[in-house]
Amino acid sequence: MEALLEDRQEQVHRTGEQPFTLVCNKDSLAGAVSQRACVFCGSRVVLYPIADALHLVHGPIGCAVYTWDIRGALSSGPELHRLSFSTDLQERDVIFGGEEKLYRALIELIDRHSPKGAFVYSTCIVGIIGDDLEAVCRRVEAEKGIPVIPVQSEGFKGNKRAGYTAACNAMARIIGTGDTAGISPYSINILGDFNLAGEIWMIREYFERMGVQVVANITGDGRIADLARAHGAALNVVQCSGSTMDLAKIMEERYRVPSIRVSYFGIEDMAQSLYDVAEHFGDPEMLEKTRKLVKEELARVVPQLQKYREALAGKKAAIYVGGSFKAFSLVNAFRLLDMQVVMVGSQTGTEQEYRELAEITDPGTIIVDDANPLELTSFLEEKEVDILVGGVKERPIAYKLGVGFCDHNHERKEALAGFQGMLNFAEEVYSSVMSPVWRFAMRTKDKDLVTETSKTIVKG
Amino acid sequence: MSKNPPNYISTTNACKLCTPLGACLAFKGIEGAVPYLHGSQGCATYMRRYIISHYNEPIDIASSSLSEKNAIYGGGPNLKMGLVNVTQKYQPKLIGIATTCLTETIGDDVGRYLHEFHRETVGTMPIMVRVSTPSYNGTHMEGFHAAVTAVVEQLAEGGEAVQGKINLLPGFISPADKRYVSDILDDFGLDATILPDISDTMDGPATSKYDKIQPGGTPLASIATMGRASATIEFGRTLHGKTAGALLEQKHGVKRISLGVPIGIEESDLFFASLSMLSGRPIPEKHVQERGRLVDSYIDCHKYIFGKKAIVYGEEDLVVALTAFLAEIGVVPVLCASGGKSGKLAAAIKDTTGDILAEQPLVFEGMDFFDISEMAESLAPDLLIGHSKGYPLSRKLEIPLIRVGFPIHDRMGGQRILHLGYRGTQALFDQVVNATLARKQSDSSVGYSYM
Repeated sequence: MEALLEDRQEQVHRTGEQPFTLVCNKDSLAGAVSQRACVFCGSRVVLYPIADALHLVHGPIGCAVYTWDIRGALSSGPELHRLSFSTDLQERDVIFGGEEKLYRALIELIDRHSPKGAFVYSTCIVGIIGDDLEAVCRRVEAEKGIPVIPVQSEGFKGNKRAGYTAACNAMARIIGTGDTAGISPYSINILGDFNLAGEIWMIREYFERMGVQVVANITGDGRIADLARAHGAALNVVQCSGSTMDLAKIMEERYRVPSIRVSYFGIEDMAQSLYDVAEHFGDPEMLEKTRKLVKEELARVVPQLQKYREALAGKKAAIYVGGSFKAFSLVNAFRLLDMQVVMVGSQTGTEQEYRELAEITDPGTIIVDDANPLELTSFLEEKEVDILVGGVKERPIAYKLGVGFCDHNHERKEALAGFQGMLNFAEEVYSSVMSPVWRFAMRTKDKDLVTETSKTIVKG
Repeated sequence: MSKNPPNYISTTNACKLCTPLGACLAFKGIEGAVPYLHGSQGCATYMRRYIISHYNEPIDIASSSLSEKNAIYGGGPNLKMGLVNVTQKYQPKLIGIATTCLTETIGDDVGRYLHEFHRETVGTMPIMVRVSTPSYNGTHMEGFHAAVTAVVEQLAEGGEAVQGKINLLPGFISPADKRYVSDILDDFGLDATILPDISDTMDGPATSKYDKIQPGGTPLASIATMGRASATIEFGRTLHGKTAGALLEQKHGVKRISLGVPIGIEESDLFFASLSMLSGRPIPEKHVQERGRLVDSYIDCHKYIFGKKAIVYGEEDLVVALTAFLAEIGVVPVLCASGGKSGKLAAAIKDTTGDILAEQPLVFEGMDFFDISEMAESLAPDLLIGHSKGYPLSRKLEIPLIRVGFPIHDRMGGQRILHLGYRGTQALFDQVVNATLARKQSDSSVGYSYM
C-alpha cells in the first residue's frame, strides 16, 4: 500500500487474512507523523485530575501551555489542576541550571495556593541539563510539610507508556502514607477513570448502590489525602489498564491489594465490571443488589437504544484511540448498535491486546498500532467508513474525508461511561452519522454543481 | 495600583506559546511545504493538537522522534531518516525544519547534517529550509518571524527590479485577513508576494479527496522573486532582530516600508496610503466608501462605548494595533499585556496613541494570565480583547471577551475572524459596541427592546 512506509508494515494487521503478527510498543518512526505525544504527555494526563495538587512543569513554556486545561476531568472541589504552572525556563537557566528557579517557583506557588501536594514534571531539557529534581523536591517537602514528588517524564525517554509508568511511580510515593482507619472490607479504589464529564461520579454511585465503599478515585476527581490511604482498600478496580496497571501492580506487591481489570464503556462491559467486583467480594447480598441495579439500568436504557439501532444498522465504524483496552469496549458497543467495525487502532496498545482484538473482530478488519494521518486516511477511504472514533487530532482527518466523528478522548464534554454513557454514545454517533450535512460533502464522487442544479431547474 | 510590572518567579497560564509552534505555522503557509520538528515526538503532536483546535483543519507536522539514545549520540541519523520518510510519503516541495529545546541543547548541528544528507542522497530531494527555534528563547512570534526570515534568506534571489511587484510580510494573520488583503492588493493592481499564506492550507474547502499537502501557500516561484520587488511592506511595530523585510533591504536593496498591523482607521490609512503610493493609483472608490461607512458607524455608536475600560492582551504587534483601534473609538485601554518581550511594546503603543490618549495605559511585557488577572481586579475593566485563553478571566470578572487572534479554542471559526483594514475594523467595532449594548441590556431591570 502506497500510504504505508516499509518500516511501518509490521505494525498493521488484517484480521483473518494472515496469521496474527503485529509489532508494537516501539519508538515512533522519524518522519512518519505519529499521532502519539511523549513521556511527559503520558504522565501529565494520568496525574492531571488530582485536583488539590500543584502540577508544576519544569521546562520551557510549551510543555505547560499545551496541557493547560486540556482534559474534561471534573472536580467536585478544588480546581488547582486546571491551571498551567511552569518554570518557563529561559536560555540563562539552560546554561546555568534551573534548580534555584524551580525551588523558588515551588515555594512561591505553594505559599500562594496551599496545595495538598505537588507534582514536578521533568521535561526533555531538564533531562539534558541534569537538574536534580529529587533534591529540590526533598528540600521543599521538608520546608513546606506536603508531599512534593518529582515525575521523571523527560519527553524523549520512551513513548507515552513510559509516561504512564512515571506517573504511577509518582503516585506510589504518596500511597501508604495515610491512615486507613474506618475502611470497609468491601472497599475499592477506582483507577483509570478520569472523571470526564463527571463519569466517575456515576460509577461511584453504582458501587455505592451495591454497598461498596470507594476509598480513592485515584485518577478522576482525585485528592492527595485519598491517595495516601488508598492502600487500605480491599480491591483495585482498574480501567484504561495501560495507564494505571503499573500502579495496581505496585500496590499488589507492597500492600497485597489485588486488582481486576474492568471497562465502563458499553452496557455489557459496564454490567460485567459490576458483577466482577461483586463476585470478587462474594457477598450474596451484594450480588443481589448488583443484579437489581443492572436490571433497573438496562430496563431504562435498552428501550431507548432501539431508535439508534434501527437508524445505524449496517453503518461502518473505525476506531483510533490512545490505549487499545478501550477499543474492546467500543467494538462491543458498536455491535450493540448493529454497526460494523472495520478498523481498530491505538497509539500504545500491547501485542496481547492487539491479538485479542484480532480474535473478536470480523475478517478483513484492519488492526493498526501507532498510525499516522496518511495511513488513517487511506484506511477510511478503503473501508468507506461512516464514522471514526478518536480524539481531536483525528477529527479533521475524518471531516476532510466527509466521514462522521465521535470524540472519545480526554477533551470530550460528553459522559460516555456507564449505562447512561452508552445512550449518550449512541446519541453522539447518531448525531454525526445521520446529519444532513454529508450530502454536501462529496465523499463518494464529485458532482458537478451546475449540471446537477440545472437538472432540477429544468424539471421545474 | 502599582505601576510596576508583577515580578513572580513562576509562570501561571502563560500568555505566549513556544518558538517552534510559530515556525511550523509560518512553514505551513508555503506552497507544498511540510513543517518538520527536529526534536522528540511530543512537541509535534502537542502543537498539532493546539493548532487543529483553532483551525479545525489537518496539520501534519513531522518529527525526528528522538529517543534517549539519540539525545546522547546526536539526532543526525534520525533527522536524515525522517527527511527520507517525509519525502517518500508526502512528496513535498519544501521541508521546513525547525529545531526544539532538546536539539538545541544537545548541540545538534542541523546545517552540517543537511550538508551531509545532500552529499549522501541521490535523486531529487525537496528544498530544505532550516531555522533555529529553541523554545527557551522568545515566543511563537519570534519563531514565526525567524522562519519567514529563514525562507527569504535561503530562497529569495536578487536581480533587476520588477516594476509593480511588491512583497507583503503580514506576520501571523488569519486566513480571512489574508484573503481580504489579497483583494485589496488586486484592487490597486499590485502584484504582491504575501509570505506566508495560510489562507488555503489552514482554511481549505471540503473536497472529494484528501490532500496529503493542502493546496495553497505562497508559491515558491514568487518567493524566489522577492529580492526583485520594488518594495516590501512589513507589518509589526515591535519586530526586532533580523526581519525578512530588513534582510531584503540589506541584501537585495528592496525598499522596506514598516507599518503597524492595520487595525483601526489610523493604522489602516497608513496601509492604504502606502499601497496608493506604490501603485501610483488613488485608493479605489470601494475602499473609500468602506472607510466612510466605518467612520459613519463610529459616529453612530460613539456614546455607547465612550470611556469604557478595556484590557488588551496577546501577541505584541496585535496588542499595539488593537490598542490603537480602541483609543480612536473612545475606549480607554487600561492594561496592555503580552507574554512577549520585545522591549518595544510601550514605545510602540505611545507612538500610535500618544495624540489621542491623555494618559498612557499600563503596558507590560512578559506577562501571564495570573499577572493580568491580579492587576485586573483593581482596574475594573468593562471588556477584554484577546484570544480565547482570556476566557477564565472574563468569566471571573463577568465582563465580555472579544475574541481575536490565535488561539480561539472555545468557539468555532477562528480562521474566519477578520481583523484587518476598514472591513476588519468594522467587524471588530460592531462586536465591541454590541457586547457593550448586550451587557447593558441584560443588566437592565426592564430588559428594554429599543436602543
